[in-house]
Amino acid sequence: MPAIANPPLKLLEKLCRAVSVSGDENEVRKIVLNEIKDYADETKVDALGNLLVTRCGTERSRSAAAKRLRVMLAAHMDEVGFMLVADDGDGLFEFATIGGIDPRNLVGKQVVVGREHMPGVIGAKPIHLMGGDERQHAISVDSLRIDLGLGGKAKIGDRGTFAPNFRRAGPSLMSKSIDNRIGVATLIELVKSAPSNIDLLAAFTAQEEVGLRGAKVAAHYFHPDLAIAVDATPANDFPMQTEGENTFYNTKLGLGPAIYVANSSTIDDPRLVRFLQETAEKEKIPYQIRQPGGGGTDAGAIQRAVSGVPVVSVSVPHRYTHTAMSLSRMDDWKNTLVLLHTALKGMTPEILKR
Amino acid sequence: MKALIEKLTNVFSPSGFEDAIRDVIRKEIKGFADEIRVDALGNLIAHKNPSAGAKGAKRVMVAAHMDEIGLMVTHVDENGFVRFSNVGGVFGRYAPSGRVRFTNGAAGVINNELLSNFRETPPLDKMFIDVGATSQKDCPVKLGDVAAFERPFLDLGKRVVAKSLDDRLGVAVLIETMRRLKSRSERVEGAAPNEVYFVFTAQEEVGTRGAGPAAYGIDPDVAIAVDVTPTGDTPMGRKMEVALGGGPAIKIKDQGMLADPRVVSWMAKTAERSKIPYQREVLIMGSTDARAIQVTRAGIAAGGISIPARYVHSPSEMVDMDDVENSVRLLAALLNSKVSL
Repeated sequence: MPAIANPPLKLLEKLCRAVSVSGDENEVRKIVLNEIKDYADETKVDALGNLLVTRCGTERSRSAAAKRLRVMLAAHMDEVGFMLVADDGDGLFEFATIGGIDPRNLVGKQVVVGREHMPGVIGAKPIHLMGGDERQHAISVDSLRIDLGLGGKAKIGDRGTFAPNFRRAGPSLMSKSIDNRIGVATLIELVKSAPSNIDLLAAFTAQEEVGLRGAKVAAHYFHPDLAIAVDATPANDFPMQTEGENTFYNTKLGLGPAIYVANSSTIDDPRLVRFLQETAEKEKIPYQIRQPGGGGTDAGAIQRAVSGVPVVSVSVPHRYTHTAMSLSRMDDWKNTLVLLHTALKGMTPEILKR
Repeated sequence: MKALIEKLTNVFSPSGFEDAIRDVIRKEIKGFADEIRVDALGNLIAHKNPSAGAKGAKRVMVAAHMDEIGLMVTHVDENGFVRFSNVGGVFGRYAPSGRVRFTNGAAGVINNELLSNFRETPPLDKMFIDVGATSQKDCPVKLGDVAAFERPFLDLGKRVVAKSLDDRLGVAVLIETMRRLKSRSERVEGAAPNEVYFVFTAQEEVGTRGAGPAAYGIDPDVAIAVDVTPTGDTPMGRKMEVALGGGPAIKIKDQGMLADPRVVSWMAKTAERSKIPYQREVLIMGSTDARAIQVTRAGIAAGGISIPARYVHSPSEMVDMDDVENSVRLLAALLNSKVSL
């Protein structure tokens, strides 16, 4: 096992408690910048708010430099959330969702609004006052309100999200924003421990949750030889999820990092999929193949940037994605970190041979 | 030409897994290009007349996609049945009882769960592939493996039937055109004044993903996508002017793009001058690589030559050999002509 085996929990907690709804990634970006500044050869915050970090390999000879792969790693800083769209008075605000949120997950949740994290709650009619029919239907976002309780000065256009939280429970972690602070924390660690055989191009991206928007321009800036998107992916692994055998689990907790083969946005480069699998098998690192299906990661946008980039995605599985509290296993995170670090160390131009 | 089409349609190479078809094409075009390369996404790019430089010569990109629709394994259950999802536009109604071939050589047949209404088309997630296995252990395929539909080539004389004529037929048209165009060293008066990039693109069927990056790398002045288009000439079929045997269709519009009117008129005039029959294509559904190429970099003048085909995205697509020949003639005439936009 490589030396990187201990994931930095304190850092993850800080990142998870930060609020960075798509389009305003300032809070997370500040934390990342502070963490990596002593390790980077170059940092840049681009027009869309991506934080782009270059750490060159240290193999100095001219021939080695010519052979060094330029490897882009992308982890999105943003999270899903809300935006206030109308002031109803009395501390009540109408809101729209930003990114994919199921309205059924909203009722009764604590939220924070604005850069000052004003506390609020998304309330609903209590069960005492509901007619029988009302209980059968989900409440639409239109008829929900964020209630700030007249405490604070919110403005239309302010962003908000689920209230910051972070918990440990045995081998598990819980937080509102495991998607994708766990990827951000992973990427920070990889920048700090970057191997010397590659040029590491770390993109902490903006606006992934609203359509992979930041990654597209980040890839244009780096124009790498290959790219890996590091993200979090749903685990739908309850045994009773379907009648009989569960055949649509996406991923399962505890089986290790999920390597992608295809989703809505990308068919992952078979050469990179094979390389990651071989790396895992050689080093006895647990891994799983994510079931092909829907969803998208930054890899989709990166793949089609400039004259094309070979891509693959690796995600930490977690339950209850895009809700007030999702849950993942510490070991899956650890093994994701180990797999990526080992893979980077073993990368040579040979892996792109057809 | 029929032999070439049969050879190309017999290859199993779904989107993202174009290695097999790329190798076949590469052998076919050997000696007919000045330079051949493969880009980051696996597009095969053949360059002809790289140092053209003649006055008025344009850089022309011609694209035909080499991938085909297919299936990908999502789960192998405890009894060895294979669940799958689609790669590209797979129509559920064509799937049950169809045979598939995996890129690793394994084969299987598609069937479905018992439905409450046997008349309805089951969704793909109610279907499975039976590869003859009895357990996860003895199943020859695993999560992430890919397959394409298998159906033998059928020669009906003037017309032929095969799987993946979309767009191996376009690939065949490009290959044949390359063979007919003289290379620079043996150029004669009136031969190709243009610098031409023949591009066999990857991943068209999953959202025209290969063509844009290929165009970015080439940076052409004008681009033509050669692909198939559905027809309106079957009993009680869709309303569409294009018919099998009526000649290549010059694309004016489809769901994803408006062809550059200057390209449309260049194509129509060239066809008329060369006495090649043609049709005009306005397609309500679907699109081609041209839509991705058109919006690459600061914009590229783009159009399409569409070869009429019946039953597109079924395992038995049908085309007319006269249309194929006339498509080659039209493409060759265009590349040999002065491009004035």
